[in-house]
Amino acid sequence: MTIRIENLSVTFDGFHALKSVSIAVDKGESFGLVGESGSGKSTLLRAVAGLAPVSAGTIEVNGEALLGNRRSRAFRRAVQMVFQDPYASLHPRQTVDRQLLEPLAIHGIGDGERRILKALDEVGLGSSFRFRYPHQLSGGQRQRVAIARALIVEPEILLLDEPTSALDASVQAEVLNLLEEVRGRHGLTYVMVSHDLGVVTHMCGRLAVMKSGEVVETLAATDLAGGRMVSDYSRRLMVASKGFSREVAPV
Amino acid sequence: MTPLLTVGNLSVTYPTRTGIIEAVRGVSFELGRERLGIVGESGSGKSQTGRAIMGLTPPPGIVRADALSFSGVDLLAATPSTWRDMRGSRLAMILQDPKFSLNPVMTIGRQITETLRHHENVSKREARHRALEMLEAVQISDPERVFSLYPHEVSGGMGQRAMIAMMLVCGPELLIADEPTSALDVTVQLEVLGILDRLVRDKGMGLIFISHDLRLVSSFCDRVLVMYAGRIVEELATADLGGATHPYTRGLLDCTPKIGESRHPLPVLERRKEWAA
Amino acid sequence: MTDPSSPAPSTAPNESWREWLLTAEPRSRNQARLGRAYVTWRRFSENRLAVTGLLIIVALILVAFFADLLAPHSATVGDLAGARLLPPGSPGFLLGTDDQGRDILSRLLVGSRITLAVVALVAIIAAPVGLLIGTVSGFAGGYVDAVLMRITDIFLAFPKLILALAFVAALGPGIENAVIAIALTSWPPYARLARAETLGVRNSDYIAAVHLMGASPTRIVIRHIMPMCLSSLIVRVTLDMAGIILTAAGLGFLGLGAQPPLPEWGTMIASGRRFILDQWWVATMPGIAILIVSLGFNLLGDGLRDALDPRGAGR
Repeated sequence: MTIRIENLSVTFDGFHALKSVSIAVDKGESFGLVGESGSGKSTLLRAVAGLAPVSAGTIEVNGEALLGNRRSRAFRRAVQMVFQDPYASLHPRQTVDRQLLEPLAIHGIGDGERRILKALDEVGLGSSFRFRYPHQLSGGQRQRVAIARALIVEPEILLLDEPTSALDASVQAEVLNLLEEVRGRHGLTYVMVSHDLGVVTHMCGRLAVMKSGEVVETLAATDLAGGRMVSDYSRRLMVASKGFSREVAPV
Repeated sequence: MTPLLTVGNLSVTYPTRTGIIEAVRGVSFELGRERLGIVGESGSGKSQTGRAIMGLTPPPGIVRADALSFSGVDLLAATPSTWRDMRGSRLAMILQDPKFSLNPVMTIGRQITETLRHHENVSKREARHRALEMLEAVQISDPERVFSLYPHEVSGGMGQRAMIAMMLVCGPELLIADEPTSALDVTVQLEVLGILDRLVRDKGMGLIFISHDLRLVSSFCDRVLVMYAGRIVEELATADLGGATHPYTRGLLDCTPKIGESRHPLPVLERRKEWAA
Repeated sequence: MTDPSSPAPSTAPNESWREWLLTAEPRSRNQARLGRAYVTWRRFSENRLAVTGLLIIVALILVAFFADLLAPHSATVGDLAGARLLPPGSPGFLLGTDDQGRDILSRLLVGSRITLAVVALVAIIAAPVGLLIGTVSGFAGGYVDAVLMRITDIFLAFPKLILALAFVAALGPGIENAVIAIALTSWPPYARLARAETLGVRNSDYIAAVHLMGASPTRIVIRHIMPMCLSSLIVRVTLDMAGIILTAAGLGFLGLGAQPPLPEWGTMIASGRRFILDQWWVATMPGIAILIVSLGFNLLGDGLRDALDPRGAGR
């Protein structure tokens, strides 16, 4: 078990963003968190990363219990995150080179030159992108840089917070393919948050459906796709994801 | 029947230091009282087309066209005061995020009544009555309460409904919706689309629906224009979507993951230079 | 933008330089940096007033540097017998002389050094202090923020000149103490500004990203937050330069800044005050010098504000 979360609660100024949530993610698994805004799916991810005020419960990653928002150096290297908005997650004043060098410098990893070129290559950006500033890149290219930045320290777990929802549908396919390819090559564990059932069932083996800070149900992606869900909410979400049609449109 | 909107050879250019950027290059179409979708990736010029029709091209952009007329009015020659009279009353636009298009320091009700009173000579009571009616029409269950709320006090879906109410209160003939539901949750998205669909049909207005999501657009519109690099590469009725011939359109259709389908890796959209020519 | 009439050989290297600088695919760190600097410079140089401001400041620096060579007379020792209070245009004394028979032009030229030194020292002391306090306060939040900001508020609560006066009165008159006093009173606005900028970027995803990489707070503040505050700070400091010059002149005028016979511009105005009606030039000439230099800094600051605005960085 790589990630084990038990009875986790997160409270922001009296607002219960997460209410006693438990999930477990196996090593090498791709796990999805689905829900609408306010369901707490992003909060859960941020709690693992140490970015949310945990009020109760335990988070265990690689057998190491995490206390509060403190994280060990090893954790910081083993767990990386990719954010939703590639326009906000790259420092606007730093070149791609600088952004990729930063994690290496923090973790005292040498051989930067080779690693940066390799990481850029891996995400499908050539070395010609190395000295560009974020404003010289498209949304998809930025997200590739963000993925390269996460991969450069050779992590085991990637936390993906809606990595494609800010991108065009056409660019989304490219980024999703890249993420799958990278996972296959490095045997990474993914925890992916998304509001798009199509994306999650495509990317993940198992998923948890969340609603107002609680897990409604946890099921295999194939079960969801096959309509074998228990809760009404999952079913509603499923119908909504099929797209607009005049027949089911609420009157 | 004369078309509601005629766009002939529309181009939008932006002069920059490094040369001229052609955002829209020779787009032509006609629109009746129907639902037209404009689809494309970001940078394809779809939003710029919508803005140009509304006369909202930000400076230093330059709009040129052989023809741009809306039910007999030549929009190219429209003066600022003509524009002010038209926008909101006969032409309306809904933008992606209600957070940015509603005035944060005015209650929703006041914004709707102001719009109404600006364009029509109605009494305060009448305006209030019609605003409440409109809020009800966008399926807000307690319009009285929402009427007196500020935009930050409502959810995204509610805000977008209020936005639709504000835009439709004067009964426009043409509505341009630019990614109206992209910022909303899927279930809310459906409700908003349902409301939009019903209102457009009941009031018999023309609709231009701009989105990057071809499937969404095709489920909603009668006809779709697919744009690439500022040009229309394919125009087709949504019923014939399966028979799309242009590889770009096919690519747009294929690239989204669908539930219950296993395609690894996903087909990736090709972008060829000659399509832009 | 090329001029077709000019010979090809002279434009070609020019063009290739420009291309090299503006390329979307820089091949080295330095090329990327230079390209960015070039874009900023192009934005800046489009603004004529800003360039005028820059020229004034460059001229000030050159004058200060070569003052000894440029000054026709001694700045401190005058000709009491033969050249007292000569009007501007007198032979050998372009801007006239003061009550001690000293050439006003020479005094202005040499005095530019003092002005420049005051401005530079204040900027060097006050801006980093403000930046450090502001960013730390904004990033740390909580008690640290509360304590640092209350201290800042206390300093802000006093009018700048009055506070500087109090400091100088305590430390004793003199140009060094004036500099210290002005620096001590001018950091709080910078701290406020840096804090506001910090609050704006603190919760952004790119800061969260470096935090998740395991960067220490010190590293985040110095390497990631400070660069974001820098441009607005530079603009603010430049715009404040005029105020600093005036405060220094004000202290000099009150006799608490530079002491005679140092040719500090404010002190010169003070000494010319006695005969302002009959020998107007004695007080007016340094006044004009202060005006021009202040204007130069303000124009420069305005231009920098437009050129360094990060929102325009993409274009």
